[in-house]
Amino acid sequence: MADKMQICNISENNFEQCTKCSICTTVCPVAAVTTDYPGPKQAGPDGERYRLKDPAYYDKMLKLCLNCKRCEVACPSGVHIADIIQSARMKAGEGKRASLRDTMLANTDLLGMVANKVAPLANATLGLAPTKLVMHSVMAIDKHRTFPAYSRTKFETWFKRHAQSRQDAYPKHVSYFHGCYVNYNFPKLGQDLVKLMNAMGYGVHLLDKEQCCGVALIANGLYKQAKRQGRVNAASIRQTVNTDHRTVLTTSSSCTFNLRDEYPAILGIDTRDVRDNIMLATRFIYRLIDEEKVKLVFKKDYQRRIAYHTACHMQRMGWQLYSIELLRMIPGLDLQELEQECCGISGTYGFKKENYERSQAIGSVLFKHIADAQVEAVATDCETCKWQIEMSTGLPVENPISILADALDVEATRQANGL
Amino acid sequence: MVTNEVYNIEYDVIVIGGGVTGAGTARDCALRGLKVLLVERNDYSTGATGRNHGLMHSGARYAVTDGESASECISENMILRRIARHCVEETDGLFITLPEDDLTYQRTFVDACQRAGIRADIIDPAEAIAIEPSVNPELIGAVRVPDASIDPFRLTVANLLDARLHGAETLNYHEVEGMIVNQGRVEGVKLLNKRNGEHVEVRGRVVVNAAGIWGQRIAQMAGVNISMFPARGALLIFGHRVNKMVVNRCRKPANADILVPDDTVCVIGTTSDRIPIETVDDMRVTREEVDVLLNEGIKLAPSLATTRVIRAYAGVRPLVASDDDPSGRSISRGIVCLDHAKRDGVEGFITITGGKMMTYRLMGEIVTDAVCAKLGNTAPCVTASQPLPGSEEGAPSQHDTTKRYSFGQRAAIGRHGSLAARIETDNDIDNALVCECEGVTVGEIKYAVHQLHVHNLVNLRRRTRVGMGTCQGKLCSCRAASLMGEMNHDVKRAQEDLADFLDERWKGMRPVAWGDTLREAQLTAAIYEGLCGLDKAVDMTGKEEVQ
Repeated sequence: MADKMQICNISENNFEQCTKCSICTTVCPVAAVTTDYPGPKQAGPDGERYRLKDPAYYDKMLKLCLNCKRCEVACPSGVHIADIIQSARMKAGEGKRASLRDTMLANTDLLGMVANKVAPLANATLGLAPTKLVMHSVMAIDKHRTFPAYSRTKFETWFKRHAQSRQDAYPKHVSYFHGCYVNYNFPKLGQDLVKLMNAMGYGVHLLDKEQCCGVALIANGLYKQAKRQGRVNAASIRQTVNTDHRTVLTTSSSCTFNLRDEYPAILGIDTRDVRDNIMLATRFIYRLIDEEKVKLVFKKDYQRRIAYHTACHMQRMGWQLYSIELLRMIPGLDLQELEQECCGISGTYGFKKENYERSQAIGSVLFKHIADAQVEAVATDCETCKWQIEMSTGLPVENPISILADALDVEATRQANGL
Repeated sequence: MVTNEVYNIEYDVIVIGGGVTGAGTARDCALRGLKVLLVERNDYSTGATGRNHGLMHSGARYAVTDGESASECISENMILRRIARHCVEETDGLFITLPEDDLTYQRTFVDACQRAGIRADIIDPAEAIAIEPSVNPELIGAVRVPDASIDPFRLTVANLLDARLHGAETLNYHEVEGMIVNQGRVEGVKLLNKRNGEHVEVRGRVVVNAAGIWGQRIAQMAGVNISMFPARGALLIFGHRVNKMVVNRCRKPANADILVPDDTVCVIGTTSDRIPIETVDDMRVTREEVDVLLNEGIKLAPSLATTRVIRAYAGVRPLVASDDDPSGRSISRGIVCLDHAKRDGVEGFITITGGKMMTYRLMGEIVTDAVCAKLGNTAPCVTASQPLPGSEEGAPSQHDTTKRYSFGQRAAIGRHGSLAARIETDNDIDNALVCECEGVTVGEIKYAVHQLHVHNLVNLRRRTRVGMGTCQGKLCSCRAASLMGEMNHDVKRAQEDLADFLDERWKGMRPVAWGDTLREAQLTAAIYEGLCGLDKAVDMTGKEEVQ
């Protein structure tokens, strides 16, 4: 014991390593627009000391935290500030029921499953002014928001019908955690990934069982459900990594971050053994190219001017460079790299009536930068950033994987990779 | 501002010493209708009062060795829970037996507790771990007792406030330079007002010496000899609470065997060393003391080995030699009240000493009884039943989760009880946090400066908790200094005060300046010296060298 004495300080989420430098507060998008939120330093490590004294010191204003993790990126002392805040929210929420609105917003897969079946109706109804008004006043979902359109066919259904049988023929293989957005709203992104991976000689496979990663459940306080779903996902990922020796690819930065880091930090689901095998497809592809294991060949006539927006969780992982460098490989693409600013939506946060104005105030800096960049579209790795930017700037927003797939010369790429 | 009027009154009683004993005595005297003046040479609660564990003993610690002290403790413990609720946290305590300890002592201990009237329940080690997860898991025995945590700064201030509410005058930064002695009778004190250098004389019919370890010097001024045996104890403050309950070792009292959760921190202590009376003002903590505290502390709670230490401090217990054995071999830990008329033939002079913070109220009662006997006052003591200001029946509680207090409001209620209502909360500025670690708002600082005798940042720290968090004043001291500079219309003084305060914070950090505490201190130095040039703005020459 004595030889370990005071060699290092250990505290949950490193809260005691905080030297109160306050850099985190200077980068906090919420603290920048409202005095109601005490900022990450006070809400995190400072407040934690009081909450250890008595949980009564939980400050309800912690609900204003976006969990964007910008504080953690900025912290020079390695304090998991946002994790401290999330854990405090979780403890304070124990035994409490989430509201109908929050439950609905959080259950992206449940909502998707129902909406898929009646997609045209759901899309038309959710977009109607009277529906929006009811949602605004009864459900407290802001009237400015439109739910992302639901697809008639789920990605999983498309995959099983049109792609699955071909995948075993490829020499190499990956698994794909598609997430709710691809499955219910935008299967094209998943199709683009299959197109891209197949062209490089990789077969794409679904996980044995995939459930919603739970990022929205955590944000809305449905921790039990998040844990339940998280355990299912962790088991499926572990199986494909250990048995099939496949890397699990993703196309959503928030799902990825949740699976890799929030599972152990917030939900107590230890995914550290498979963490290195879960990654965004752009990182996987970039590394293959960098190691000269695959080649991408692009169309000669592709011409676009696009701005890249770094999603907060992308920044937390430090992976934006993979997406940016991949996009830069497209000869006809004029890529404008935007300064790293939060768009303000933070998943379901911006959908809530009480958060709408704050959400837009946070995003306003980014929206101005996008306007100044004079581009025809924006690229980003996060679907909720996409909704926010599309609503707030009117520009189309695409995932880098879709842009790559769009610009790809499939035949030339297949040949270049010996297929 | 002190006006001459205060000096010109002839008091019934002058109390020397602004620790908790002096404050409790002043309160008791005032409540019995006496005209009281309390004088303190520094700030209130700067001596042993502000330099102990903050432990509200159940008395269990003394049960085996000193049954009388144990009985006094449990009786006062129960009283303080009622009258000083806002200063007390009812944590309960454990006395744990480790494999190296003799488990048979547990029986002796529990029997002694029962004799003293202290509830002591033997519990299963597994249950002890369940209710106090930080405890050493190797324990082989545990006893639960009604120990608690108490804030001595708040307790002192609450007593002073009540004394003033009942007509007492209290003066800090007034040092006793001599006694007015006339024909074998003490008739008052000669004072130095340390804030303006003025010398004054104040008359009182009885003078009470409640100066703690400095009481020997005070007694000498009246020509009376008391043999004090200063016992020094050092303690360490950790950055956050690792324990919810007080944790003690179930064995004969020894070094570093009590860990107390105090507000946002926890404190391990103490060492115990006899020191020469000449060195009682040297409060520096040595490396050896730090080592003893850590090595013994981890036996109570192993996580202390990796928990950040933010400060070290030391205090001196005012132990007194029994009159029948001036050698000091038999030192009493009990309350000693000396009527110098009977003992030494000096009229109008009483010393109250020994005892513990725990028994301050009883000490006040005993000495006030003696004062009243001299003055022919027959009013009964009511301090055991009358709540202190802030702790009245129905006062708000920091633990009340049904109320939607803001963070700063809750923290203020924790510190001031019902008096938190005096803090402005109706605008954004007053609600803004000055000290983010401890949740001190602009409003609370204004309240402290206007109503709690705050002259500088160190005073402010004792009244609120400004600068007591892990950053030790890095962010808050500058904001607080700026506020005080505004309130006092004196920027220069605020700058000097800021430098003094940072210096004072560093003194406590220095013995434990490694790891994150050292990083913290270096960042503070970089900000204030490197960035703001405070060392250039303030002339620190002639100030005490930082040790």
